[in-house]
Amino acid sequence: MRIHRRTLLALALATGLTAPSLALAADDGIKIGLLATFEGPFTVLGEDGERGAMTAVEEVGGKVAGKTIEIVKGSSDASPDSAVRAARKLVEQDGVKVLVGPLSGDEGLAVKDYAKTQPTVTFINGTSAAQDTTLRNPAENFFRFSTDGAQWMAGLGTYAFNDKGYKKVATVAEDYSFPYTQVFGFMAEFCKAGGKVPSKSWVPIGNKDYSSVIAAIPDDVDAIYVALGGADAVNFLTQYQQSGGTAPLIGGSITVDQTVLTSKGKLRDVLIGTPAAGPTADTNDSPSWMKFLEQYKKQPGAFPSPSLFAHGYYVNMKAALLALEQAGGDVSDGGAKLRDALSKLSFDTPTGKVSLDKNRNAIADIFLTEVTEGADGNLLNKLVKVVSQVNQTLGIPEDEFMKLGAVNRDNPSCP
Amino acid sequence: MSLTLAAQDAAPQQTWLEKLGPGHIILAVALVLYPLVASDFFLTQIGGYSLIFGMLALSLMMLAGYGGMVSLAQITVAGIAAYAIAILGNNNSNVLGFGWPWWLAAPFAVLAAAVASALIGWISVRTEGIYTIMITLAIATATYYFAQQNYAIFNGHSGYAGIHAPSFWGVNWRDPKAFYYLCLGFAVLSYAAILYGARSTFGLTLQAIRDNPRRMRALGYDVTAHKVFAWFLAGIIAGLAGVLLVWFNGRVSPGTIGVDVAIDVLIIAVIGGLQHPIGPFLGALVVVLMQTFAIDIVGAERFNTLIGLVFLVIVFVSPDGILGLWGRIKPYLAQESLRSGP
Repeated sequence: MRIHRRTLLALALATGLTAPSLALAADDGIKIGLLATFEGPFTVLGEDGERGAMTAVEEVGGKVAGKTIEIVKGSSDASPDSAVRAARKLVEQDGVKVLVGPLSGDEGLAVKDYAKTQPTVTFINGTSAAQDTTLRNPAENFFRFSTDGAQWMAGLGTYAFNDKGYKKVATVAEDYSFPYTQVFGFMAEFCKAGGKVPSKSWVPIGNKDYSSVIAAIPDDVDAIYVALGGADAVNFLTQYQQSGGTAPLIGGSITVDQTVLTSKGKLRDVLIGTPAAGPTADTNDSPSWMKFLEQYKKQPGAFPSPSLFAHGYYVNMKAALLALEQAGGDVSDGGAKLRDALSKLSFDTPTGKVSLDKNRNAIADIFLTEVTEGADGNLLNKLVKVVSQVNQTLGIPEDEFMKLGAVNRDNPSCP
Repeated sequence: MSLTLAAQDAAPQQTWLEKLGPGHIILAVALVLYPLVASDFFLTQIGGYSLIFGMLALSLMMLAGYGGMVSLAQITVAGIAAYAIAILGNNNSNVLGFGWPWWLAAPFAVLAAAVASALIGWISVRTEGIYTIMITLAIATATYYFAQQNYAIFNGHSGYAGIHAPSFWGVNWRDPKAFYYLCLGFAVLSYAAILYGARSTFGLTLQAIRDNPRRMRALGYDVTAHKVFAWFLAGIIAGLAGVLLVWFNGRVSPGTIGVDVAIDVLIIAVIGGLQHPIGPFLGALVVVLMQTFAIDIVGAERFNTLIGLVFLVIVFVSPDGILGLWGRIKPYLAQESLRSGP
């Protein structure tokens, strides 16, 4: 009798383990995986990325090539391990053939490596912007319609040196591949123009106490270049101000993003006048951006203006949908038709035309901005200049660009 | 000593099959046949991953259940083995990577983990109860931040990628089936070792030390040495889990050994139950299933709340974890045949 019960228990356990895999019944919809940070330090950013992706889905009425779109979400906590685990679950368990994501730099590098083991699945970036996701050793089935972190900095270094007159700048950035790429993009122009960067501080993601970092910033710098995101940016800026720091700021693309500009407190006064560059500008008044803004605001919990995460996920999801439409929603051939359509795709986004280079990385317009107070009291990134059609090598010939070496904490350097 | 002998004498002669018990045999058959019904995803991402975290929690269960020492540093020990594999073997991060063959790197990694575990034990056996938890948490946190910011050895935030499981005997051991059996083999080995070890002289001494260290010291036992050796043994199991984990992920970074993972291991052990070595594996299965599928049940915004609630309910209903639940149902089932039918 006892054995019998245990057998039953074991059987129940075994069926319980296998049953979910049986639920993978075929239907006529098309499944798209959406991988973003729904936990950890970048949760707010991930949620805005989701809003952007859903904006693109709702624009087409939730249907592509006559098939209903089913979005399957996966969550990571900004660590590469969790991103790959979430991607594996979406691909191997949920059976998605198109995956949009991930959000942050090192996640992108890890997912690119994973993409190489899944040649029949098409990976389209979310907003991850590390340079080497597409520049060195790229994956055939990984596409990035959002530009990388160095491209986002186009025009900023020159502007800071020539127009703002900063000769000496210290940098404070998070210690992983995306901020390396951003600092690289800024310094490439700034050092070329004749500027000096005597001190570079790298802080871990999620750092709370910046007193030692602030103490290490030299007194005689003209400005501080800050490439921190979300809570990290707010913490650093608040503590810098409280410690009596007065040097003006130069922002990385996510430092003065809407996720930071909407924060409350005295921080606002410090932020006004901060130049930055990125793939979006809040005061962009082109009709396509206004249309996007209107669509985006329909999403629950939307910011006054979409962050670059909403924008990046929107552009990449839009690209996925356009290519799927061209391929007739057919991914049964291992996605070959879809990838062919993707690599030839060139379309108008809310921020101008985007097309891909041979490494499947975007060539697109970049916006030089400055923080100002809007009419309703909200802080906004005012558009200063559009740098049109920036490619991944920042206009430098490719072989010359590759000689600059891979981005890391020590490269580039101009003390 | 006399205690052990008495226990052995009292047991009647049994064949090894009887000793094993029907429960173990059925479980073993089910686990061996599992690949026949499971998809690749369920083999590795659920099966293999649960077995790896089961082993990690098993090493904690051994320390906590038999030694009375609750450790939050088990994932740190596993992390040392994982980093050792990346550093001694091959990786594609262009940092270190001595290119040792797996049969040299893997045993060395496990040994390094065991020695590190003994060191952690040596530091923490001076403390008791909540202070052991605190000191091991401190070690885990310090190691995490050190790995995050050290570039010469740990390669900072991005860690190491491109680590491959070995291929030999014509088998690529990262293939779903092969990897599942690899995990299963080591899990069974660890499980059996703990079962046997708990009845061994050392195991009984350790339990006696847990219950009354003062008396054991008076009897002439070296309490510290026994405890540190327990840490060493737990380190071997955690180290094996670490090697499997790095082969599983193909990469290791500070996120692998973060404080949240350290707490996950403790949750697994508590959810599963600390009285029997099967508990950690049950706990690991529940936790891995929840972490994988909660997002499908309640959506991306609140799935961590659901996971937390389920754990709360388990601990609330049965303070001894899933094992305790079974312990309560079992007497009821055993008496059912005595009840009159309807």
